[in-house]
Amino acid sequence: MTGSTKTEEPKILNADDSRTKLLNAAIKKSKGRPDALIQVLHTAQGMFGYLPLEVIRHIAHALHLPASRVYGVVTFYHFFSLKQKGEHTCLVCTGTACYVKGAQEILDQIEDHYHLKPGQVTEDNKLGIQVARCLGACGLAPAVVIDDEVIPKLNPEDTQSVIDSKTGAA
Amino acid sequence: MSKISITINDEPYKVESGQTIMEACKEHNIKIPSMCHFDGLTDVGACRLCLVEIEGQSKLLPSCTTQVEPNQKIRTHSDRLSGHRQMITELFFSERNHVCAVCVANGNCELQDLATEVGMKHVRFPYLFQECEVDASHAMFVIDHNRCIMCTRCVRVCSEVEGAHNWDVKNRGYKVRIISDFDTPWGESESCTSCRKCVEVCPTGSLWSKDKAQGQSKKNPQMIKDLIEKRKVNL
Ligand code: SF4
Ligand code: FES
Ligand code: FES
Repeated sequence: MTGSTKTEEPKILNADDSRTKLLNAAIKKSKGRPDALIQVLHTAQGMFGYLPLEVIRHIAHALHLPASRVYGVVTFYHFFSLKQKGEHTCLVCTGTACYVKGAQEILDQIEDHYHLKPGQVTEDNKLGIQVARCLGACGLAPAVVIDDEVIPKLNPEDTQSVIDSKTGAA
Repeated sequence: MSKISITINDEPYKVESGQTIMEACKEHNIKIPSMCHFDGLTDVGACRLCLVEIEGQSKLLPSCTTQVEPNQKIRTHSDRLSGHRQMITELFFSERNHVCAVCVANGNCELQDLATEVGMKHVRFPYLFQECEVDASHAMFVIDHNRCIMCTRCVRVCSEVEGAHNWDVKNRGYKVRIISDFDTPWGESESCTSCRKCVEVCPTGSLWSKDKAQGQSKKNPQMIKDLIEKRKVNL
């Protein structure tokens, strides 16, 4: 069990916050129709970088949907995340082709250098590591996506230098 | 509604058009194994136990969600179907921890009955031994995810009959779990009305009442079927 409703994180939504305003605009545009859920979640994920419980609760209420239904949708799609993903994200493909071409070595390098396992974020929230099963770019294996940029045929030994240069770390 | 002619297991029958194959079979006392189906709730075709053969179609179709059609030739039992039903049942057992000897529902479990019905002798698949939670935070009831087969009857009865929609499903694949509200402990749910309908429709020892000890849980699904009739819930 994760989200005890009694222990809520600090308030994220407030009327003066621009992201809140944009979210509410998206909800308004959907006219509170339940079938707009995915679209609204998409907007929210884009703005907040993840879906805090408070935001999910707000959306469920506004679209007249049961809490558990919305939570179910959020956890069904890999695109949505309940946790902060880090300022920069590095997504390592572990699909068959990338796996064969060294995805595990890349993950090992990441663990050695940043002490991060898939799904984890550095303490300063600068870098988050994720894995995906086949990005549909098998010809570029092993493929890694840093923020929105695909890094093709990454040599595992270059993992740290590529991540550092792309994320502007020292 | 008009009547149409179909053939079930080589016998001719007249059935109502618009019925599902499962409904037509039930009316004529032909029993098809099923798990996710519950009379009066929306069918979701999730468990695949009720698959039947239809002449001229290579694909097997779930009888709970397939409507009868004029001159359809249906087969509800065959070696091929028995094989599939056995395999599905074995997969249920391998996915979570169904240890009958220490289960509240022992002797009153639809999964246990199913295993007998399909003649399951052993499980060919490696057990996953998933770590599943037992949530006993509710004052009256417990949900033991070890025993859950994800039939989603509880989800549907809560949403469609009680109207509370406390339950739903999170994640996907073998990580799916039944959740209440925002994956909130059941006892803290803001939508549960403690009506107990989910406990009555749950086919296994996953949902049970705290006043029942091991092997003591006796469920009353008929009460819920009657209730649906009385309320004339038209789905
Ligand atoms: S808790 Fe019971 S009724 Fe609900 S999905 Fe699991 S087995 Fe089915
Ligand atoms: S396996 Fe990595 S892109 Fe297909
Ligand atoms: S009863 Fe038809 S698929 Fe489960």
